[in-house]
Amino acid sequence: MIERLGRKTVDAIKAVGGFGHFVGDLARAVPDVAVWGRLTLVQMRRVGVDSLPVALFIAAFTGVVLALQASYTFTGTVPLYFVGTLVGKTMMLELGPVLAGLALAGRVGASMAAELGTMKVTEQVDALETLAYDPQSFLVLPRVLAGTTMFPVIVALAILTGIVTGWIASLVLLDLSTQEFLKGLKLFYRFKDTWFGLFKSATFGCTITLVGCVVGLSTRGGAEGVGRSTTRAVVYSAVLLLVLDAFWALVLLR
Amino acid sequence: MIEFQDLRKAFDGRPVLDGFTLRVQDGETTVIIGYSGTGKSVALKHVVGLLQPDAGDVIVDGRAVSTLDRAALTALRREIGFVFQFAALFDSMSVFDNVALGLRRRDLSDDEIAARVQEALALVDLTGAEERLPAELSGGMRKRVGIARAIALRPRYILYDEPTTGLDPVTSAVIDQLMVRTREHLRVTGIVVTHDMRSAYTVGDRIAMLYEGKIRQVGTVAQIQETEDPVVRQFIEGRPT
Ligand SMILES: Nc1ncnc2c1ncn2[C@@H]1O[C@H](COP(=O)(O)OP(=O)(O)O)[C@@H](O)[C@H]1O
Ligand SMILES: [Mg+2]
Repeated sequence: MIERLGRKTVDAIKAVGGFGHFVGDLARAVPDVAVWGRLTLVQMRRVGVDSLPVALFIAAFTGVVLALQASYTFTGTVPLYFVGTLVGKTMMLELGPVLAGLALAGRVGASMAAELGTMKVTEQVDALETLAYDPQSFLVLPRVLAGTTMFPVIVALAILTGIVTGWIASLVLLDLSTQEFLKGLKLFYRFKDTWFGLFKSATFGCTITLVGCVVGLSTRGGAEGVGRSTTRAVVYSAVLLLVLDAFWALVLLR
Repeated sequence: MIEFQDLRKAFDGRPVLDGFTLRVQDGETTVIIGYSGTGKSVALKHVVGLLQPDAGDVIVDGRAVSTLDRAALTALRREIGFVFQFAALFDSMSVFDNVALGLRRRDLSDDEIAARVQEALALVDLTGAEERLPAELSGGMRKRVGIARAIALRPRYILYDEPTTGLDPVTSAVIDQLMVRTREHLRVTGIVVTHDMRSAYTVGDRIAMLYEGKIRQVGTVAQIQETEDPVVRQFIEGRPT
């Protein structure tokens, strides 16, 4: 039992050490702009195309549900224009980034882990190295940069979509006027609401793509290994994302 | 010259290479034969620094591979072409881009790169296949693209990992011919890992058998064919125990 715990601890320390090493390698790849510059644009398009539809779909429904839940909770005791406040705040601070993040983990993180995992087990990663390319600058950096920069954009659009569908639901289903909805939306708005959500999204995008790449590149054992890596990437990045979410709330919202 | 000096490598505590020593003379093609899973690929990967030895080293022209820093390792890799077992072509790139990729890391103009790619593809009889994707190629064609990718860089050494495994006898013979032609054309020193004895006899100047982590015997093709070592005999004759 103690022995097993000891081994687990050693494994965990090794994993953290390996990860630190990985990030160090990544930093070393940064000057190699000629290699990763163009590839980053390709990955940005991919991150956008892969995750935007899902993110907007989820946000659209969330906006409606938030509006209905708010009015249900207020039961006439709280003025109904607070629906706007609740929809706006919740979308911007929490649900926009987190729900889109989980969608991104499932789509983009998984596909990156599968892609790099396949490249690893078919020796394409080795081949890159023998052709004098650094897999960090050729494969990892473009993906992580794309995730970090594109994800806030996707989340911004998701937040906007959620607020718009929340507003429409308020008009159609709750007999709230546009003025009242906007009044509620502006009531406690602070600029921090916006940057907090978007900053958080950037860290989510970075985490998800980084985990996808790390897990993908450590794949072993053929097609089965690729399958394992794919699910592992989704689980790890989803867990990390939620932990990170709580962390930012603790650090930045208190 | 490539020298494996008492190379040792274990995975998860299980030794794979256990005192592997072999000298590959310039201008020759040395074939490494051995059962599947004995560590032939592992040995090759040490030559280009894809794996780090637990002990011992590979010496390439006086440079101990495991001690090289990144820049020196990159310089070394430029002299060594590696042909992977399943070709390891980049799925998302055309044949042209696969062959051109390594050249784009050199100071070459686009025209020079195109010319070198054409030349390499011509050498493997794949002129006209530039725009095709790896998924559209047969196994033999993929291997040939893999060879073209290596020779386009005009390396001094080429390492072939099981170049004929999984191919039909005729396609295998084509690949064998290609390896011989490459050696004559480019005067490269080669290491060929295989368990295809016909191929070993065709392309090899010398043959070395890897067995239980060490070289069991090394000799010219004639010496190996006349060996009295029962382990080597059994392997080259393909007899079940
Ligand atoms: N990166 C690795 N991690 C763990 N084990 C490995 C690795 N590479 C090879 N091995 C193991 O080393 C042994 C030799 O493999 P290999 O060199 O591929 O054999 P072969 O002679 O068929 O080329 C196998 O048992 C393989 O599982
Ligand atoms: Mg092998």
